[in-house]
Amino acid sequence: MSDPTEANGTAGAEEAAEPAPTAGGGAGQRHVRVVLVDDHRMFRTGVQAEIGQTEQTGVEVVGEAADVDQAVTVITATRPEVVLLDVHLPGGGGVEVLRRCAALMADAEQPVRFLALSVSDAAEDVIGVIRGGARGYVTKTITGTDLVDSIFRVQEGDAVFSPRLAGFVLDAFASTDAPPVDEDLDRLTQREREVLRLIARGYAYKEIAKQLYISVKTVESHVSAVLRKLQLSNRHELTRWATARRLV
Amino acid sequence: MPEAATAAAPLDEPRPPRKLYRSSDGRWLGGVARGLAGHLGLPVIWVRLVFVGLFMADGLGALLYAAFWFFVPLGVGGVEAQKPPSLVTTETSSDGRKRLVARKPDKGQIVALLLMVVVAMVFVGNVNLGGGAQAYLLPTVLVGAGVALVWRQADNARRARWVEVGRRKRTLTLLRAVAGVLLVTAGVTGVFVLQGSAAHLGSVLQAALAVLVGITLLAGPYLVRMTQDLSEERLMRIRAQERAEVAAHVHDSVLHTLTLIQRNADNAGEVRRLARAQERDLRTWLYKPEGTGKDEADEPTTLADAVRRNAAEVEDKHGVPIEVVVVGDCPLDERIGAQMQAAREAMVNAAKYGGEGGAVQVYAEVEGKTVFVSVRDRGPGFDLDSIPADRMGVRESIIGRMERNGGTARLRAVPDGGTEVELEMERAEKTS
Repeated sequence: MSDPTEANGTAGAEEAAEPAPTAGGGAGQRHVRVVLVDDHRMFRTGVQAEIGQTEQTGVEVVGEAADVDQAVTVITATRPEVVLLDVHLPGGGGVEVLRRCAALMADAEQPVRFLALSVSDAAEDVIGVIRGGARGYVTKTITGTDLVDSIFRVQEGDAVFSPRLAGFVLDAFASTDAPPVDEDLDRLTQREREVLRLIARGYAYKEIAKQLYISVKTVESHVSAVLRKLQLSNRHELTRWATARRLV
Repeated sequence: MPEAATAAAPLDEPRPPRKLYRSSDGRWLGGVARGLAGHLGLPVIWVRLVFVGLFMADGLGALLYAAFWFFVPLGVGGVEAQKPPSLVTTETSSDGRKRLVARKPDKGQIVALLLMVVVAMVFVGNVNLGGGAQAYLLPTVLVGAGVALVWRQADNARRARWVEVGRRKRTLTLLRAVAGVLLVTAGVTGVFVLQGSAAHLGSVLQAALAVLVGITLLAGPYLVRMTQDLSEERLMRIRAQERAEVAAHVHDSVLHTLTLIQRNADNAGEVRRLARAQERDLRTWLYKPEGTGKDEADEPTTLADAVRRNAAEVEDKHGVPIEVVVVGDCPLDERIGAQMQAAREAMVNAAKYGGEGGAVQVYAEVEGKTVFVSVRDRGPGFDLDSIPADRMGVRESIIGRMERNGGTARLRAVPDGGTEVELEMERAEKTS
């Protein structure tokens, strides 16, 4: 692991510290094909300009879509590795895209992975796409470098939690008064809570690893476990939580 | 006692300009007499007696009553339209009679009906219109009673919009309408029969039925369409109003902000500050549940509110973005209030000295009785020991304040740069 730009979860943190790598030796190894789904053309253009310089960032934008139907068509045709998915879309929203691309997501050979990218603050939007199968959620205020990093992390099969999402999840999984339906799924372990808490406080994976004296890989596996629980668990707590906030 | 207060209130406060309404509470028939009594400040029984008296004078009272019923709108609770019906019992003694009726409307109505029938009988017996006209009297009374029933029904339908009416009244409503229609039909038929001979009754009825069916067939669809259109229009109007309210707020402030941004285009800091402020405002509007946090003037009463408010103010003042994540919530008490002040101080410090490194991150969590707040910046970081002892800012306003209130504060350098302030406080006992 002498090459800091090698694709793994830690790469992003290094990038953040230094100026973005310019056509370095390792850049060629990092390559990901991305489809942008967002109904605001201006935003697509902006993201494209920020991350789509393939020779610098390793991100190649192979398609764009502005609504659900277009998105499904483009994704099926181009088979990208990562889809940047807006939560609010004409034609049913990001959740609908996820539903119709379920087969592509489950593909064992070359799975298409989704990263939700939204301006929305509403918890039901966020939890909705995550439960729909998205591998992560970041807000549109994210910096270009962080976004590139998140894209690669998702490509690796990792989960990406923004501080806000971590907050939502902690909130939803907090106060387990009712006994969980499935002990394994419906409860976060102490470690997972700690990791989430640190994410919510704005720590990067590497910082979390240092703080908890664990490896970055372990942090990643904790986060992935939380994501799995979020997606799979039959959480009546989630429902209760949403009800308490008048979301349903 | 709240009741005493409400009873006294109408006397003390200046009344709004009085408008004549029919009373929907404790009325016998159309609420005309009660409404008039309230309007004129007379006991209702007097008004009723006057109406009965006028009724004897060739039915003038009935005509007058009908006119009032037709033209005067129905109000809730008589003249004091705002007064909820449940408070009828606290009214003054001049309305003593009404009150009794108000409590048992059904009995009162029956009494009123019986009275009316008796009065009508007496009237019919006394009146002498001479020869042929006399025969038409009974059918006319029948028609009048039917019309009264149906009008009363319309009043009820209108009143149901203000006051929740029980489900069981549905059948009663239907029954009443049917009875009204039957009465009117009987009356009209009577008139026809009197004009022709009884032998033609069958054909007259058939003709009447045919005309009725014809009218229903012709006008029915229009009527149905019209009522549908009306309710749809009402819905649209409500929606439009809501939209207009949001638009008025959002458009205005967004346009203002955009103008300011164009004017300050070369001042990056100011542009960022404006954009952040606008974003926050918009988010509050779009994503906050109804009735929370929309009013800037209110003092925050919960932890989440207070944290967000403080962050917003510091952000505005120092132009450094502050990202807030709150998990759980609890009401503010004295200790948490102190913690909020310390947190605010920490945010100010972070914005002032660590703002260049990026957004300041604020995290607040309520777990059981413990409230934890962390404020984190990505600036150069600082060492508490290296700060001269006379600089009391951090020691006093953050650490000192927390300790005086029974909490703890920790300041530490984050490994990769920046400072984190952790504030921990137990909630006061009574709020558990």
